Amino acid sequence: MLGLSPDEWTAVRLSLRVATWAVIVSLPAGIAVALLLARREFWGKSVVNGLVHLPLVLPPVVTGYALLLLFGRTAPLGRLLDETFGLVFAFRWTGAALACAIMGFPLMVRAIRLSIEAVDRKLEDAAATLGANPGWVFATITLPLTLPGILAGMILSFAKALGEFGATITFVSNIPGETQTLPSAIYTLTQIPGAETAALRLSLISVAISMAALLASEVLARRLMVRLR
Amino acid sequence: MALEVDVAHRLGAFDLQARFRAGPGLTALFGHSGSGKTSIVNIIGGLIRPRRGSVVVNGATLVDTERRIFVAKHRRRIGYVFQEPRLFPHLSVRSNLLYGRRFAPADAARADPDHVVELLGIGPLLHRRPGLLSGGERQRVAIGRALLAGPRLLLMDEPLASLDAARREEIMPYIERLRDESRIPVVYVSHALGEVARLANTVVLLANGRVEGVGPVNEILSRLDLVAVTGEEAAGAVIEARVAEHEERHLLTRVVCAAGEIRIPRLDIEVGATVRLRIRARDVIVAIRPPDGLSALNVLTGEIREMRDSASGVELLIDCHGVRLIAGLTRRSREALSLAVGTRVYAIVKTVALDRGSFGRGPVAGYGSGGPTADA
Repeated sequence: MLGLSPDEWTAVRLSLRVATWAVIVSLPAGIAVALLLARREFWGKSVVNGLVHLPLVLPPVVTGYALLLLFGRTAPLGRLLDETFGLVFAFRWTGAALACAIMGFPLMVRAIRLSIEAVDRKLEDAAATLGANPGWVFATITLPLTLPGILAGMILSFAKALGEFGATITFVSNIPGETQTLPSAIYTLTQIPGAETAALRLSLISVAISMAALLASEVLARRLMVRLR
Repeated sequence: MALEVDVAHRLGAFDLQARFRAGPGLTALFGHSGSGKTSIVNIIGGLIRPRRGSVVVNGATLVDTERRIFVAKHRRRIGYVFQEPRLFPHLSVRSNLLYGRRFAPADAARADPDHVVELLGIGPLLHRRPGLLSGGERQRVAIGRALLAGPRLLLMDEPLASLDAARREEIMPYIERLRDESRIPVVYVSHALGEVARLANTVVLLANGRVEGVGPVNEILSRLDLVAVTGEEAAGAVIEARVAEHEERHLLTRVVCAAGEIRIPRLDIEVGATVRLRIRARDVIVAIRPPDGLSALNVLTGEIREMRDSASGVELLIDCHGVRLIAGLTRRSREALSLAVGTRVYAIVKTVALDRGSFGRGPVAGYGSGGPTADA
């Protein structure tokens, strides 16, 4: 189908896997940070806010390099994770997922935060007077009402992960079958004379996947909005 | 005592110092906007932590700043019906109603859902979504939701304020039934005297964050010294009567009280039932001789008990065989008729002037509150 070579298929599959894991792993943290920024006033809030948004404005290469310094094989944090959990990021697909998660994090937090801020807190008070403790209020009122925003955040993060290039290639390089995601593969093909058709093919696939993700989110969001009206 | 409140709180420039006790039945917190009504219910419900003071409901201390007690709002079991219904938009009417049930302790006097649904007439709505209900339906669901959480006290903060007159009229009978049929004490906030006259057993009169008077509704509303607080426009006595007959041909209902017969516009309540009506001071005309050739249907005899100058005229308290009426007149009329305390007068009440919105079912005093009734 589409005349893709096995290597190209590998890149597509890897990209999807990296993006999916990036979203799944960053979602709980994204909700927690969004909740913190939307609901709590604390000392140093603007610093936290700045840190979360930093990947959005830094050159991706810098973010990738910072990850390398933190999670590289010889870096203290990287070694600690390797020794205690056997978790290695450097030059592995897991590292690509981490880089994508970090790069997509500001987008995810922003979408969820806006939607938490839009939740009518009077409804939460009403739930509390009915006997629900704060945990229940969050699970049964705040979270369901925030769902459209959470969904939007997941899609944005997923789309960002599919397109992430700079931080990924800096942190985990461009190893076919391990860290060569779609953008890296396309970049590599553009560097090889005569591979323009292959580059174009992968580019079209990239467009198709992104478009499908956006459409799916649109449909889901519309369904949710109908339920909430 | 169902409720004992003694609190002090400050919100910006607003200073609240309120102390009152209320028995079972429906207690109305009445006052103009900014008098502190909502702050008080928010303190009772646990949405505001008062600076100082205590709140005790049915013997359970919910707040006591001296003993450092502050029960969290979700542990208070105080039902709260807000001004806007606050239904959960993502849940069906049924799920909204049952939301608080899982949190109610097993020993709580849990209301039976079928009974509550029947009481509020919301059976046909159960599978709908809140967004598709009318304002009145939403508010009824909100009342049911609060009841089904097994509350020891129900707070209602102007639950009718956002509704038009027809919707208000639709809900009032349900609140009357709630007051008369359930054992849950209700604290009802309102700035509409007609509502208070119709629904309340006890009235707490508030002005500028202070309690100006507490007592049975008929007593408080017929106190001349409080007319300045309730407002001359709205001032009026609440009397209790029994439905004697419907005069269908004249579209009238004849009710009987200790003062005699009163004809009121046709009331949709069965013969023999006890009703309450508010007779506003401005709807009472005073004569010193039996009136003759008059279109007004109701002439009661009585004696002036008290007279008090108000901002624009004078207010009279007339005792008609135990039923107390207030009449408002000009100072000129007082002089022309040489009215004084002790003067025997005829109080004339024009039927069409009566405030239909304040006619309600049920006796004036709540069960067990021991307050004097109008025809006692």
